[in-house]
Amino acid sequence: MQLSKQEIEHVARLARLELTEAEKEQYQEQLSAVLSYIDQLQEVDTSGVLPTAQVTGLSNAWRDDVVDAWPEDQIKAAMSLAPEQEDGQYKVKRILE
Amino acid sequence: MKLNELTIVEAQEKLAAGEITSVELTKACLARIAEVNEQLNACLTVCETEALAMAKLADERRASGEVDTLLGIPYLAKDNIMTAGVRTTASSKILENYIAPYDATIIIKLNEAGAVLLGKTNLDEFAHGASTENSAFGTTHNPWDLDRVPGGSSGGSAAAVAADLCLFALGTDTGGSIRQPSSFCGTVGLKPTYGRMSRFGLVAMTSSTDVPGTITKSVEDAAIITEVLSGVDRYDATTVNQPVDEYAKKAKAEITGLKIGLPKEYFAEGTDPAVMALIREAIAELSKLGAEFVEVSLPYTKYGVPVYYIITPSEVSSNLARHDGIRYGYTTHDNATDLASVYLKSRGQGFGPEAKRRIMLGTYALSAGYFDAYYLQAQKVRTKIVEEYQAVFNQVDCLLTPTSPHTAFKIGEQSADPLKMYLEDIFVTTASLAGLPALAVPCGFAASMPVGFQLIGKQFDEATLFKVGHQYQTVTDWHKQKPNL
Repeated sequence: MQLSKQEIEHVARLARLELTEAEKEQYQEQLSAVLSYIDQLQEVDTSGVLPTAQVTGLSNAWRDDVVDAWPEDQIKAAMSLAPEQEDGQYKVKRILE
Repeated sequence: MKLNELTIVEAQEKLAAGEITSVELTKACLARIAEVNEQLNACLTVCETEALAMAKLADERRASGEVDTLLGIPYLAKDNIMTAGVRTTASSKILENYIAPYDATIIIKLNEAGAVLLGKTNLDEFAHGASTENSAFGTTHNPWDLDRVPGGSSGGSAAAVAADLCLFALGTDTGGSIRQPSSFCGTVGLKPTYGRMSRFGLVAMTSSTDVPGTITKSVEDAAIITEVLSGVDRYDATTVNQPVDEYAKKAKAEITGLKIGLPKEYFAEGTDPAVMALIREAIAELSKLGAEFVEVSLPYTKYGVPVYYIITPSEVSSNLARHDGIRYGYTTHDNATDLASVYLKSRGQGFGPEAKRRIMLGTYALSAGYFDAYYLQAQKVRTKIVEEYQAVFNQVDCLLTPTSPHTAFKIGEQSADPLKMYLEDIFVTTASLAGLPALAVPCGFAASMPVGFQLIGKQFDEATLFKVGHQYQTVTDWHKQKPNL
């Protein structure tokens, strides 16, 4: 499995990662090698096999639809980690020109 | 014997007898950290003031009649476990100044039990790695040979326990991150069943396999902590409401007639012969104690690493999407003109090489056109791995394997080759993929470096692993060996 530079750039854009040219080259080579190794999964016959995402057999862990009050000091501590905030809300840069 | 060298059981006896106080115990650990942490780089943060205050409180609680098993016991926590008011970095530049607003559930449980948090330990960035070399804050050194890695990703915790910086440490295990460093450092490492202990407050990596666990100086200590940390948590919907066993008590039962499987795929060529010889000696020791060994087969073992390195990067790419430079963590907010460039630059500059590599790999595997070939196929092969374990556990009570095919390697020896590093996980990924409990137990030294065997059990049957491990430790003293530092 050989990834092209365009594919690396496409994936980096999807992942919101700005990469240097050196990084692009490095990841192109390394990810190609890893994917080539992973390609052996294709040899396994999985026809009729269901995928596993949860291993202990749980499904639908319900709870009452009640909001837990979050202590004021914790809210303050959480908000104070943001670079910019206003009136208890996060402030972000404009999305559209 | 110095106080910081005690096991939990030994310290508890002395505390109960009034021979020592938690403050003395805590000071001994802090002194040891001050003495050797510069060489080891095992601790990233030491919270001396808070620790001494907690120790004093523990002594007061004891004076008023409390007798909890962990009351006054000093410990370290891996730095991807959230601790309110004490920095939690996940060894990443992107969280360098992050201070969690609340405690992880397992930290709350330890606080209630009266354990004393000494500080936070180094790890591979976001727990991505098998050597601790991926930390943004420098690698941790193995106390048995400072030129070697401690393993990873819980390398700081394993090195800290091996060098007696604490009485026990918390780690996390997603695909071997407690067991492999325990094998490299000569400590006891428990990865519990998926859902046995709450993940709430852990920095998420691979949500379908992540578990917190323990690194200790004895199996009995691991059993004691597991009793405290296990159980259902309303803040983690994947915790399972299964009864919590009296693990420490059950660990003392005999193992006569217990059937232990030896999966032949783990005993094939490729493992260092000196390591294999020690595993064989451990098997002989356990036979003398009455265990019966049978050869079994787990043919899908060879697909463990490829399945893991699709599932893990995929879930990593999703979980690390939250690091956006907006709400917390490293940000280029002040120098950006639009939102997209805040994301691109904050993430591009904040994440280290391995985190970026996994985000890229996962994003690719989940992207349109590739999902079926990679993620879905990996999940289907995962089903095959789960099923063959289930079949084997109809024949045996637990399994025994090497934890790692070799002892700790030299720092820098294989950090340039990601694929080679991924193959480090060869014996430890499948138990994670199947959500099974597994215990790493020290069983000797090959060329002066520690070696451990791994026990893998049925879901929620930690008790059998503790029993086998503890009985082994009643007739061996590998776990009592100390590095010269």
